Amino acid sequence: MPAVRVKFWGTRGSIPVALDAAALKERLASALVAASGHDVGTIEKARAWLERGPGSALGHTFGGDSPCVQLEAGAAEYVLCDLGTGARVFANRVLQRHGPASPQVFHVFMSHLHWDHIMGFPFFTPAYLPGNRIVIYGCHRDLEHAFRRQHAAPSFPVPFERLGARIEFVTLAPGRPYDIAGWSVTPRRQDHSGDSYGYRFERDRRSIVYSTDSEYKLDNAADAQAATAFFREADLVIFDAMYSLADSVSVKEDWGHSSNVVGVELCQLARAKHLVLFHHEPANSDDKIASIWRETVRFEEITRNGVPLRVSAAYDGLEIEL
Amino acid sequence: MLISQKRYANAKVLTLSGRIDNGTSDSFKTGLGAHVAECRAGGDRLVLDFSGVDYISSVGLRALMLAARQSREQGGTIVMAALQPVVREIFEISRFTMVFDCFSTVREALAKISPSALAAYDARTPG
Repeated sequence: MPAVRVKFWGTRGSIPVALDAAALKERLASALVAASGHDVGTIEKARAWLERGPGSALGHTFGGDSPCVQLEAGAAEYVLCDLGTGARVFANRVLQRHGPASPQVFHVFMSHLHWDHIMGFPFFTPAYLPGNRIVIYGCHRDLEHAFRRQHAAPSFPVPFERLGARIEFVTLAPGRPYDIAGWSVTPRRQDHSGDSYGYRFERDRRSIVYSTDSEYKLDNAADAQAATAFFREADLVIFDAMYSLADSVSVKEDWGHSSNVVGVELCQLARAKHLVLFHHEPANSDDKIASIWRETVRFEEITRNGVPLRVSAAYDGLEIEL
Repeated sequence: MLISQKRYANAKVLTLSGRIDNGTSDSFKTGLGAHVAECRAGGDRLVLDFSGVDYISSVGLRALMLAARQSREQGGTIVMAALQPVVREIFEISRFTMVFDCFSTVREALAKISPSALAAYDARTPG
């Protein structure tokens, strides 16, 4: 049974966010203080300290790029969720690995067509290379139109028609399982402006739910039951935890996003194994997101009703093996 | 989910007991609804005594948010009191401590919202 690996290339919601100079200085200052007294005298030792030692929490930024997640299961064809700016970084790695003359196949599942989820495509270099095949799946009727419009003048200088790859658009129906690239994939409609779609991926007795840009309201019993069934015993749930619960039921109600608290509750109801907080609020700093993650871990502990649920906060570059 | 009430001058203390979760939130909302309707400018001020509540889910918290919204529109006041440590943590993690004033005891809550209610409370609870 091949290992299933999930790679996060873009994890920020709404708009990409860069670590600015002031935040970088703070990060470096924290690292210098934390490293004091440790043997970090060579670049190798410093890297090891950041990757595996006490500095591991300082070794990444939540950044970062807008949503793009890769599912890998040892197959030759690539599988992605969404084409936010993280897709640009993913594409660069693919080119580094194969070179420009080795045709590849990409299967991309779109949650929806809001800008932050498609804005990486004009910089997705495989789209420019003849021989590549890109299949874009989604449940929105205007799937193809959204991509073509993004490339059109005056928004972008290269029209869609000039892209060299073979690009196909496939409209899926929610609630139906499809066999695609070795996965059984089931889309589900979600509550978001203009609708969004979550996907449940299954193969080799492992399951991954990608559920971003979705506002779950658990006081609607039928909706809660349907969501729980969709999440049922998933090995990994990638979940839109953009807002606090208080915000999501008050000033930001009906803005189409969920909270860390609802993510934990849904996973507990569904007996899912691992919750990944995703689509981070762009206004939140690294420290703030780290604090939300620690609080979420604690929330899971104090509300646990059976098997422990592992909780992670996604960052660009995170890899999780199932 | 049980709700009992006691009046102290212009304030009502609603003592909640049990779990407020997806299974009990409807009865919680219904039980709270009649009291919230009277929570208005010149009407009752509400103290929710959480000392008997050991868990509240997001659905219960949303019901509280709706109650807060309604009472605010009516010019009323709702505060929380005597949250158990776990429930206090749930309020903090969900940022509901930024929505509601949360007091350690019912007496502290009454002291904040109504001097006459505090006087009535102290008169009934010697010591």
